[in-house]
Order: sequence, then structure tokens, then C-alpha cells
Amino acid sequence: MSALFEARGVTKRFGGLTALSRVDFDLDAGIASIIGPNGAGKTTLFNVFTGIYAPDEGAVTFRGRSLVGLRPDQITALGICRTFQNIRLFANMTAIENVLVGMHARIALGLWEVLSRGPRFARAERGLWTRAAALLERVDLRATANEVARNLPYGDQRRLEIARALASEPTLLLLDEPTAGMTQGEAANLMALLRRLITDLGLTILLIEHNMRVVMEVSDRVTVLDHGEKIAEGPPREVQSDARVIEAYLGRGSWDRTRRAHAGD
Amino acid sequence: MILHTILAIAAVGLSSLAVAVFPRSILAFLAFQGSILFVYLARIAPWLRFSLLGLALLVLMPLIGAYNGYYLEVATQVGIFVALALGLNIVVGLAGLLDLGYVAFFAVGAYSWAILGSPHANVIFGGGFPLAPGWFYGFLLVGLLVAAGTGILLGLPVLRLHGDYLAIVTLGFGEVIRVLANNLDKPINLTNGPKGITPIGRPPTLLGLPYGEHFYFLVLVIVVIVIIVNRRLEDSHIGRAWEAIREDELAARAMGVPLVRMKLMAFACGASFAGIMGVLFSAKQVFINPESFTFLESIGVLAMVILGGMGSIPGAVLGATVVTVLNLQVLKGFSLWLNELKNAGVTVLGYSLADLPTQFEPAKYERMIFGVILVLMMIFRPQGILPARRRQRELTGPAAANPRQQDVLAP
Repeated sequence: MSALFEARGVTKRFGGLTALSRVDFDLDAGIASIIGPNGAGKTTLFNVFTGIYAPDEGAVTFRGRSLVGLRPDQITALGICRTFQNIRLFANMTAIENVLVGMHARIALGLWEVLSRGPRFARAERGLWTRAAALLERVDLRATANEVARNLPYGDQRRLEIARALASEPTLLLLDEPTAGMTQGEAANLMALLRRLITDLGLTILLIEHNMRVVMEVSDRVTVLDHGEKIAEGPPREVQSDARVIEAYLGRGSWDRTRRAHAGD
Repeated sequence: MILHTILAIAAVGLSSLAVAVFPRSILAFLAFQGSILFVYLARIAPWLRFSLLGLALLVLMPLIGAYNGYYLEVATQVGIFVALALGLNIVVGLAGLLDLGYVAFFAVGAYSWAILGSPHANVIFGGGFPLAPGWFYGFLLVGLLVAAGTGILLGLPVLRLHGDYLAIVTLGFGEVIRVLANNLDKPINLTNGPKGITPIGRPPTLLGLPYGEHFYFLVLVIVVIVIIVNRRLEDSHIGRAWEAIREDELAARAMGVPLVRMKLMAFACGASFAGIMGVLFSAKQVFINPESFTFLESIGVLAMVILGGMGSIPGAVLGATVVTVLNLQVLKGFSLWLNELKNAGVTVLGYSLADLPTQFEPAKYERMIFGVILVLMMIFRPQGILPARRRQRELTGPAAANPRQQDVLAP
């Protein structure tokens, strides 16, 4: 049986720059992380997965269905949703309205039903608001439901983005640096939340993360990208001690330097 | 609240009395309009607000029209522009698509009835026209559909454009429609070119009302429908998707909003209101020519939306009213007044007003005064007179043991 999510030989070029070069990636369950230095192609990979970019080569499938050529909203409807590295909330809408927009793909009301306001519309709308309130509750934001997103504190905005993504009822959730700018404590809370989501909703999560403590603690598997290529993949402990990974992060020869420095102590 | 109630009733009563006593006084009519605004804003019981508004618009306004027919004409024009501003408000205010050629949809609606509802159609089809006046009511729907179709037609090529680029293309589109109307008198005489089309059929009136009253009530009904439709759209997943597109297009797509469909829907809905009003406008005016659909008209409607507050329904209504009244009444009245002073040979500080060149007539400054008002608005109140307020909702559903939780979230 094939995996829930599969990418094969994904290549993406921007002019002369190869942002992704033949990246293979599989994902079935749990939490996987993608790490790599700045400019390694992590966010580009997310953009390919969610249909914002079309890959130049390669295949991406979700539940055996090809995602290449689908629009972002179609991919969301299939059950993949994401957050953004630099928060992209609908700044002038309230928190709960942000979550409601996330449900768009699951709403089956037509123009006529909206205009005529029949019982079906009332029932559907009531259901949406109840569900949105429950989602805000889940990320601990229910008290600020009517607050305009722009006015929320930074950490709340991050969690609101997650709630908005959850609103589309995804099977696979892609989080682009969810703990960026958070303190270690806030990050730990967020990770606890993600674990609860996995157990409660049966979610599969893919993270891009710079906070190594978070990555090592939470991930079942880590994939390392550098210059658009996958240079390592495996359980956190293995990846951590991989010579190529250390080289990518700290530069050539750093492994030796580190050892020498230790020897000199 | 009691004070507001007394004030509201007194304002409506006294101002309408003033209009009855001084039917030619512009100030009296402005006071009447102001009282309607006050009723809308006052803190009074909803049923009272509703009945006072109904009384003012359904009974008092037509009565005032009996004293001074021009006021009814002003009210009808206000209604037409309110519908236009509400339509543009969907496109610009909600979906954030800057459309500088909006009047094109108004033109399309107007010409659809103008051509088939006048003897002009005989030039094209040989004979059998104009259509019976009763067709006018059917054409309100035809105008809606034709304008909505035109909106989709415009929407398709500009889907990928944002901001400045979109504005320029829509501006061009507006001009294309006007130039087409100007030049489609050959090879087939479709629009009769710059000479315009006349006489355009007027609908049979209900209950034997005079035309002035009839059009006033018709406009009122359409405006009420347009407001209801607008509110229902805004307060649904469609309206929320439009706003999401305005806020962040990429994020909206990633959250499952089908961009193409929602944008085309915004263009079509916005255009359809203009289409209906176009049909009505052509019948009311009996004569139309391309001069009624210039770029400045589009800018005028946009100014109404901006002045009132982008994305705000009460704002669009107020903006349209203020701008139209300013145009048709205040500036014109000021010109008339100045003229009277001139003819009476009044001198100010030793300078005879009779020597004042005609260029100084206030009515000629319409655009400049607009410009000044818009600039001042952008500096001191960029969000508009009645800005869109976020709806506050009471949440339902189970509350959990959460210390930050409140039972009621409404204000």
C-alpha cells in the first residue's frame, strides 16, 4: 500500500536557481519535520505540496491522488491545509471569522440559499459558528473570538492560524515554523497542543522548524534539506549526528573544529 | 434613550412641517434628510426606528414631493446612486477589487431597455417595436442578467490583476463601453451614437400614480431589496470569502476559497445592481446618450463608497446621499442664491456682485469641492463617515473549564 502522502523527484526552478532538486518524501502518520539552513527550499516544498507552485518535475500524491495541477483550494478540499511562516491571517476580520473562512471548502450552500435564508441555511450557519467556537476553544482563544485578528498578541495569532487551518478538516496539516518568535515555554505548550491534535483528530503533521529542541523532542522523523536537496532523513537522534547535516548547518570542517575544540579543553 | 426618542420624533415632524411651510427652502429639505439620518443613528427602540423611517420614506417624502416635485426627483436620484454605491461596495469594499469602470454596467442596463423599449429598435430589427411598456418590469431582470454577464466578461481577463493594474484595466473597460455606445451607430445603428436614444418607453404606473411618485416608489423598493441582498451576502460564507480575498489573496486560496469563482461572483453581483438601475434610469430619463456614462460618473460612485466607508452598507447609503444631495441641491442652491443676489444688485464691501464673472458660480466647482472633501476625509477620517464595524457575535456551544473563558462574548 502506498503512503498517505508521497512526493517523488520534486524539482522546482526559479530562473537559473534550482530551489528543489529531485526531492522524495513520504509521510504516513505522526509528526514529521523538515529542517535545513535558510534558503534550503523548505517553504518552497510546502508551496509545491499545497499547490501554490506547480513543480517543474516530479509527482505529488495524496491518498493515491495526484496533486500536480490542482489549485490550492482544491488541495485544501482534499484534506491538506497549512499555516504560513510569516503569519497571514485575515487581519481586519475577527478571530472567529478567520476560522469560518477556513471552513469554506466544507460549505455546500449555493447563492440562492444564501439569499433566501431558508431553514437549511440557518441550520448550516449555526453549525459553522458552533464548530468555529469549538475550534477556538481547542487553541485556547475562545475568549478573544470577537477580537480583530490584527489586535491579537503574536502567540495568539500563531494559534489562530492553526485553528483556521484545522477548520478545513484536514487529514494532513502543514505548519511552517509554528514556534518562530515564541519562548521555549510557549513552544512547549504548542507542541503539547499538536500532540493532542494527533490523538484527538487523527491528524498527520508536517513541520518546518528551526527550534532544534522542539524538532528533536516532537518529531517521529526528520528530513534535512540543503540547497534544495534532501541530505538526510531518519529518526531525530540519527539525523542529529549525521556528518552531512552538521556540515550543512555549521560549514565544512566544523565537525573537525568542534572535536579539536573539545580536545583542547 | 427617552431623550433620543423625543428628539427623533420631533426632528422628523418639525423638519417635514418646515418643508411644507417653506417648500422652496433648501435648508428645510436638508433638515428633513438630516432627521432621517438622525433616526437611523439615534438610540431608540428598533420598532420605533423602523416605523419612523417607514413614515418618512413612504408617506412624508411623497407628500413633500407634492409640494415641490424637484425634491422627489432628488430623492429618486439619491436612490439610484445608493443602489450603484451598494453594488460597487461589494466589488471594491468587500472583495477589494478596485473597479474604475463601474458605470459601464449601468450603461449596459440602460441601453438594454433604451434600445428595445424605444422605436429605435425598428432601425435594427425592421419593425414591431417598441415593446409594450409592461415589458419594462421584465427588463429589470434582463438588465440584471445582462449586466451580471458583462461583469463576468470583464472579470475573466482581469482575474490575475491586482491593485493598480486592475484599476487601469477596469478604467479602460468603462471607456470601451462608452466609446462603443458612442460609435455603434454604424455599420448597424445599435445605439444611435452621440445623438442618443429617445423616446424610451415608460412603464405603466400602478394605481394611477404620477410618474414622479411611481419612479420614487420603484427606486425605493429596489433599494430595499438591494440592501437586503447586500446584507445577506455580506453575512454569509460568500461575504466572508470576499473579505478574505481582500485581506490576503494567497491565504484565502490556501484556506480553500476558490478565487476565480468568488471574484467573478463579486463582479457579477456588483454589476447586477447597476444593471437594474440602468434600466430604470433610461425609462425615467426617457432619453439617454453616452454622456451619462463617463469616467467621472464611475469616479463619482467610487467617491460615494470611499466617503461613506469601504465595505460598509450604511456607509455606502450615506455616501451616495451626501454626494448626490451636494451635487443636486447644495451647490445648485448656492448658485441660485448667488444669482438672486447678483440680480438684486447687492454689493459686498463695495464690490458689486453683478460684476462677478460666471466662472465663480458654485455649481461649476462641483468636482473641486468633491476633491477637497475627499482629501480632507483621507486626512482626518480615512475609514469613511460610517466605517464597517466587525460584527460581534454571541457564541453558542459548550463552554469548557477555561479560566479565560467568559460565558457571553457579545458586547
